Amino acid sequence: MTELFLSAWEGLPEWTQFTAASVAKIVAIMLPLILAVAYLTFAERKVIGYMQVRVGPNRVGPRGWLQPIADVVKLLTKEIIVPTRANRFLFITAPLLALAPAFVAWSVIPFTDTLVLADIDVSLLFILALTSMGVYGVIVAGWASNSKYAFLGSMRSAAQMVAYEIAMGFAIVGVLMAAGSLNLREIVLAQAGAWGFIEWYFLPLLPLFVVYFVAGIAETNRLPFDVAEGESEIVAGFHVEYSGVAFALFFLAEYTNMILISTLASIMFLGGWLSPLPAAWVPDVPVLGALLGGGIHWLLAKVSFLLFCFLWFRATFPRYRYDQIMRLGWKVFIPVTLVWIVLIGVVHFTPWGFIVH
Amino acid sequence: MQSLKRFFNSFLLIELLRGMLVTGRHLFRPKVTVQYPDERTPTSPRFRGLHALRRYPNGEERCIACKLCEAVCPAGAITIESGVRADGSRRTVRYEIDLFKCIYCGFCEESCPVDSIVETGFNEFHFEKRGDHVIKKEQLLALGERFEKEIAAARAADAKYR
Repeated sequence: MTELFLSAWEGLPEWTQFTAASVAKIVAIMLPLILAVAYLTFAERKVIGYMQVRVGPNRVGPRGWLQPIADVVKLLTKEIIVPTRANRFLFITAPLLALAPAFVAWSVIPFTDTLVLADIDVSLLFILALTSMGVYGVIVAGWASNSKYAFLGSMRSAAQMVAYEIAMGFAIVGVLMAAGSLNLREIVLAQAGAWGFIEWYFLPLLPLFVVYFVAGIAETNRLPFDVAEGESEIVAGFHVEYSGVAFALFFLAEYTNMILISTLASIMFLGGWLSPLPAAWVPDVPVLGALLGGGIHWLLAKVSFLLFCFLWFRATFPRYRYDQIMRLGWKVFIPVTLVWIVLIGVVHFTPWGFIVH
Repeated sequence: MQSLKRFFNSFLLIELLRGMLVTGRHLFRPKVTVQYPDERTPTSPRFRGLHALRRYPNGEERCIACKLCEAVCPAGAITIESGVRADGSRRTVRYEIDLFKCIYCGFCEESCPVDSIVETGFNEFHFEKRGDHVIKKEQLLALGERFEKEIAAARAADAKYR
């Protein structure tokens, strides 16, 4: 049976093999990602519930485990309402515009040393370019809806994204100065060393790590930076007029972006798939050695922790006022990152240059 | 000095971390949720829910059609017509409560000289057809039979304060 498949595979022309293999890899990334998004919504409701001293959803399935499935079914069976005076074409396109970059960015994420879909040299730049594309979905959605609230939401979101994109970019500049590469895989490898987690960039680049993560929260329009949605001020912001599947796509894009930001933060600052233990401590036994050594499970653990922080922030902090957001972005984050970039540059040429490699 | 301290407190995110500590601690607190259909919060014996007409232990209905409840009802929700039964006693031929008008004040219960009309602790009722909100005498008597044990227990618990 296997030989039959193998010989059939060999018989295919090379481009077909390549395409089929790529599609298989894409599906292998997309499916777990969508599943992760579904269960992230569940985790969010549970974590926030627990922090508010209640239990969260627990009715659908054992301990509520099937809740996200029920939510998906509900959203898929609902009607998509297009407002009469809305721009029909843009109204339908906007969710796709928001979703596509969020997914495409995953093509360059290195899950382990060898597990990358496209190991391109400028993957960091590629991701920066794609995540800024996501804002078009929000702006187009707000404009196409022909609704005041949606328009206000998209305008706020646009201003916020511009403000935080710069701080985020500067934080990334610090990382690439330290690592000397724009390739995410090499950035992780530059953090490898004999001392485990002490070698990761989050210690020498701590301010940049904090700025990157907070700017990431602002980029994804999550609380406490969710003025683009602002339930209590402008109903639901840019997606007031969306329902059913179109709304679900926005939802999917937001949560995919959350996971993307967490993954990037763990790759750039928390050593990606590297183990936090010093190499000398990892015993050379079959199962335990693989578990304690580097591997995709460490990346997943780091991403889960950062995602938990997303939810934790949401449960803790009230929404920033609009001018406070602008102040934080322009007058705090950008100066802090600039100062730290200069500091990294200076330290490079001193005897202590090994601190930032 | 004070302003410098405040600056560092907010710049180093100490205030925010303190806030996160609070929510972090609450993550592990025992949860206060009452799983409603499975668990219920305790109700007072004086709780005023759905009405019922009671009977004496020998099966005779208590109501004597004195119409005090009809008179005292501030919402005008009760309609009573009285008549003479075959054995010559005065009884209601019609006893209706419009539950949409009723404000559940409990005056009918207080005014009743024979403890016939009462409000039970039952509050989980709904109507499926238009017109169902006016409950008839038969329904009220049936409710009385259904909840007699609870009603009696609630009266007994509250007896010494009456």
